[in-house]
Amino acid sequence: MTQPILSLRNINKSFGPVHVLRGVDFDVYPGEVTALVGDNGAGKSTLIKCIAGIYTAESGDYHFEGNKVQVHGPRDATALGIEIVYQDLALCDNLDIVHNMFLGRENKRGVTLDEAAMELMARKTLDSLSVRTVKSIRQTVSSLSGGQRQTVAIARAVLWNNKVVVLDEPTAALGVSQTEQVLHLVRRLADSGIGVVLISHNLNDVFQVADNIAALYLGQMAAQVRKSDVTTNQVIELITTGKSADITPVGAK
Amino acid sequence: MRQETVTTESTLKTAFSDYWSRIKVGDIGSLPAVLGLVVLCIVFSIMQSSFLTPGNFANLLTQAAAVIVIAMGLIFVLLLGEIDLSAGYASGVCAAVLVISITNHNFPWWVALVISVIVGIALGLFIGWLVAFLGIPSFVVTLATFLAFQGLLLLLAGEGGTIQLQDKTILAIENSNLKPLVSWAFFLVCAVLYVISGVRRMAARRKVGLKVELMKLWVLKTVGLLALCAGAVYALNLERSNNPQLVSLKGTPYVVPLILLILVIGTFVLNRTAFGRHLYAVGGNAEAARRAGINVKWVRISAFIICSGMSAIAGLIFASRQNSVSPTTGGSSTLLYAVGAAVIGGTSLFGGKGKMRDAILGGLVVAVIDNGMGLLGYAAGIKYIVTGLVLLVSASVDAISRKGSGS
Repeated sequence: MTQPILSLRNINKSFGPVHVLRGVDFDVYPGEVTALVGDNGAGKSTLIKCIAGIYTAESGDYHFEGNKVQVHGPRDATALGIEIVYQDLALCDNLDIVHNMFLGRENKRGVTLDEAAMELMARKTLDSLSVRTVKSIRQTVSSLSGGQRQTVAIARAVLWNNKVVVLDEPTAALGVSQTEQVLHLVRRLADSGIGVVLISHNLNDVFQVADNIAALYLGQMAAQVRKSDVTTNQVIELITTGKSADITPVGAK
Repeated sequence: MRQETVTTESTLKTAFSDYWSRIKVGDIGSLPAVLGLVVLCIVFSIMQSSFLTPGNFANLLTQAAAVIVIAMGLIFVLLLGEIDLSAGYASGVCAAVLVISITNHNFPWWVALVISVIVGIALGLFIGWLVAFLGIPSFVVTLATFLAFQGLLLLLAGEGGTIQLQDKTILAIENSNLKPLVSWAFFLVCAVLYVISGVRRMAARRKVGLKVELMKLWVLKTVGLLALCAGAVYALNLERSNNPQLVSLKGTPYVVPLILLILVIGTFVLNRTAFGRHLYAVGGNAEAARRAGINVKWVRISAFIICSGMSAIAGLIFASRQNSVSPTTGGSSTLLYAVGAAVIGGTSLFGGKGKMRDAILGGLVVAVIDNGMGLLGYAAGIKYIVTGLVLLVSASVDAISRKGSGS
């Protein structure tokens, strides 16, 4: 098996007396989709925010591409090439797709914006993800459907040559066909060599695209397993009780 | 690019149907202002023969100038979804500083102008700091500064006092004209620059294989705009003096090129620079802008600085028009007319939507109502009520179109 691109070891994080993450190990592999599942309050969001640098873990190691690194803020994580696509997507409705993809990192020629170069790059990125659903990349985001918005947010994460992309419940608000589109996009993202983390409550989605599954239970990593080694029922057991018979964690291989 | 080639072969018909579908979802832009302006002009021309005369046309422009400039500054603030209620009195204060510097201290006009613009910037910095760093709603901050600037103006002008202005250069802005030939030359230079910039933009896009605006449509729009401007220059070049033998009065008022210059600079900043893009982004979704690494506080402060700085230019126009400064300069309905101008022109009060040209279109609508109803002999009360209603209608259009676009 390949080296994990991102690897967390023995992460602890508490808020006051509440011990939210207890010795969590978590690995993300390049070119694979790692699903992060767990019940509400299991610590998924906290773990993601530790990866993003929004929270700093009290103890534990953060390895990136095999090196031990210190992540003290969102900028550190961004500099490593980690991008989080939050559930609210953080898009500006009044701007068009190109503007949104380059927001805060505009290409400039002198003082003026280099619109042509930005549009070309945006188009190339969308093509590389085989996105065919958007008619014009010069339409405002307010005119896009939920799935298209998700696509734009994901494409923005890809545009900057990120190595790890974390998607926070990308299909939660979508209908059936749009969910399908986004899941295909997630798969292509991983196939292009990026390490993808997919947070989801929907085990159908997880089993459709994930390569391995990490289940959090009450702040502890119940298990991180290959998808091929488990059944849906076993994952449900992991989510609800924290253990399941006959599960061999990835680390034990 | 494969798919794009299909859409490049669009025709005028598809362009219009695109435009129509944009209107249907509420993206109407300046359409109501343009229609309103046309309808108002037709109605007033029919009802009052003195409305459609060269003299009144020039008068209309000089009347609208100060409000238009304040509205242009306000658009920067409105784009963020904020408001500056004190912009009117800020222009009064700056006008007072300008006139006092010239009349009482004998400064040359340009030194006085620099001082008054610096005062404007300082006022904007103060407001912007309170809004961005202390987080006080701009409505409250500028309501307070509205009162405070009014007091400041009263103190500067002296109780009931009016300070006269005699500087020729500053008086010329509202009271003198470019000679007819110079007016045409100015128009030609602007037209050539406009066409060149349009052609260059399209050529640059075509070179890298991007979708280009339909040529026919662009030519149509450009010819239409230039014809309109040429018509305006022609009208302004007609004799409008009652007694041409004694004193001839024709040509484009100096304030027109001044406003065009501000329009060009403002449009450039909003559309072509990263700062402009960030203004729209903060107005559209401040949290998204913050996460994208934009310095939201700085963007907010600079918008208020630009707004008050433009008020100083408006103060210059006021001083020029009134030949003086008084405690009511920039007061009474000025600010409301300016906000009205921006909103009528198509700038959203909810932030994130608006263009520089909105100020000019809306400002002209407001000025036409004011001017036309004045000519028809209506009382000031009626004028205020009608202008208020027009503002209400535009704000409703804004609110409804916002619902329509689902954002």
